[in-house]
Amino acid sequence: MRISVEQVTSGYHGKAVISGISLAVESGEVLCLLGANGSGKTTLFKTILGLLRPISGRVCVDGEDIAHWSRQRLAKTLGYVPQAHTPPFAYSVRDVVLMARSVHSGPFASPGKHDIAIAEEALDRLSILRLAHERYTELSGGERQMVLIARALAQQARVLVLDEPASNLDFGNQMRVLRHVKELAASGLGLLMTTHFPDFAFLCASRVALMKQGRILAIDRPENTLTQASLEEAYETPLRIVDAGLGMKVVVPRMN
Amino acid sequence: MTPVGEAVAESPQAVGQKETKAHAHPPRTGWIFAALWATLAILTICSLLFGRYTIPWQDWWRVFADPDSTGLSSIVLLQVRLPRVLAALLIGGGLSVSGAAFQGLFRNPMASPDILGAYAGAGFGASLGILLGFDIVGIQLLGLVGGVAAMLLVWLLAAAATRAGGDPTLTLILVGIIVREAGMAMIRLTEYVADPHGKLAAITFWLVGGLSAVNPHDLEFAAVPILLGTIPMLLLRWKLNVLSFGEEEAQALGVNPWRIRIVIIVCSALISAAVVSIAGMIMWVGLVIPHLARMVVGANHKALLPASFLIGSIYLLLVDDCARGLFTLEVPLGILTSLVGVPFFLYLVYRTRTERA
Repeated sequence: MRISVEQVTSGYHGKAVISGISLAVESGEVLCLLGANGSGKTTLFKTILGLLRPISGRVCVDGEDIAHWSRQRLAKTLGYVPQAHTPPFAYSVRDVVLMARSVHSGPFASPGKHDIAIAEEALDRLSILRLAHERYTELSGGERQMVLIARALAQQARVLVLDEPASNLDFGNQMRVLRHVKELAASGLGLLMTTHFPDFAFLCASRVALMKQGRILAIDRPENTLTQASLEEAYETPLRIVDAGLGMKVVVPRMN
Repeated sequence: MTPVGEAVAESPQAVGQKETKAHAHPPRTGWIFAALWATLAILTICSLLFGRYTIPWQDWWRVFADPDSTGLSSIVLLQVRLPRVLAALLIGGGLSVSGAAFQGLFRNPMASPDILGAYAGAGFGASLGILLGFDIVGIQLLGLVGGVAAMLLVWLLAAAATRAGGDPTLTLILVGIIVREAGMAMIRLTEYVADPHGKLAAITFWLVGGLSAVNPHDLEFAAVPILLGTIPMLLLRWKLNVLSFGEEEAQALGVNPWRIRIVIIVCSALISAAVVSIAGMIMWVGLVIPHLARMVVGANHKALLPASFLIGSIYLLLVDDCARGLFTLEVPLGILTSLVGVPFFLYLVYRTRTERA
């Protein structure tokens, strides 16, 4: 499966926030989207998810334009993992995951035994089945983020779109989320995720797209995209890329 | 790639084991619903027995065996108590279901058709109907139009104010209160211009809210719209869960929010109009009961909506029995529900504050 963005210009009220964007995500890879605040990451996300209609250009799934796809058909292909949030009602974790099963049922249906089995399988895959009967609102931020990933898995979408899944988490939870992101790609899902931290891209991305002011500066493998020059241009701050050993690279800011 | 479903199909045994593990604390909703149904049944029978006129035991058999029988027992039971009890059941249930649906729809635990002005809009439509001398169907139709119009107004104003940068929860409630007050002012206007010897009394009596005047004919005309409004909400109740996560998430989960919103709003307006036309302004039930139901069965709308209906029925039946029996003079039902609702609302505000702190 291949999600491709072809020459997309998109924005709000006819005003372009991103323009001329082209990129593609394929099954089995993690494409990381990096860029400063306001560089257009969210707009690009919403356009890919079909929440915003592009002003020009098109978003395709295996070459087919999604502009006229129904919500349900789109949701069977693309799963959205928002940042961990707190809904107004204290649903159980299992119910939160089960909500993804609406995609596969009619308007008046509610989930049955088969759906429950799929939801619990998804929770188990992320090692959080023990939380199934906890209240979602009472979980920690890291646990809630994992539940939202489990929900996208239960949706059985083939490509997951993750909005800063590792932000607002402590160090341990960040690494746990990134490890799962890598595992999911290895199992054959396509993943597109935004992040504020170039280091995360080094840790888990197959490819990285670097955005600035609504355009893509560079898109390639992490070691090619994330150079001192390109990152300094994107974030407008001096920095250095350091080899941390074991083939790992780390971005270090320069304060003077 | 291995989608989750295929993995499930391949290893049914493993799934079975997991299910038993995850069901270590099985939800007890089945027992809760059985208890609610039993309570409702007992309360219904007690409410039929209870009243100023004591029906002799031998009359009970006669009334139900021969529906054409006349006599005091038959009139009291079939013309007065039974319609009143059924009206309390339907109204309590209908208002509570629409309250629960509103809270899911607006993602706001303080929403309900009466707080957000749907009820006042329906009330204005209905009082206009009384003023114009319409029959019960005409009154209900005008009530429906008023209810839908008020809801659309609240929605558009709240959306505009939120876009301008307001807190969504607070904005919605403030706008709802404003629209409600506008509706109440219009109701007072109809009172002001009404003929003081005939229709004014009718409007005033009806405004207070109560079931003392319910007759079998009214009940027939109100029961249909209340059920017509309740059933679609019950059918859509699982999707309300998805909707309560917000517009974009619901869409990404494959649900079309607009379709569901329109159904819920029209159904609520239908219920509001029907209730208002036979019982007047019965406030607070739609706000209070969903919270009680949530404490009993949890947040999932799949259980919450039916539980709200049952608890709402029980509650209104109980309050109506109090209205009939507390004092020698009947207390209007609408006053009692407000007396219970106001402190509960204060408690909610307090609890929300402490949870945020």
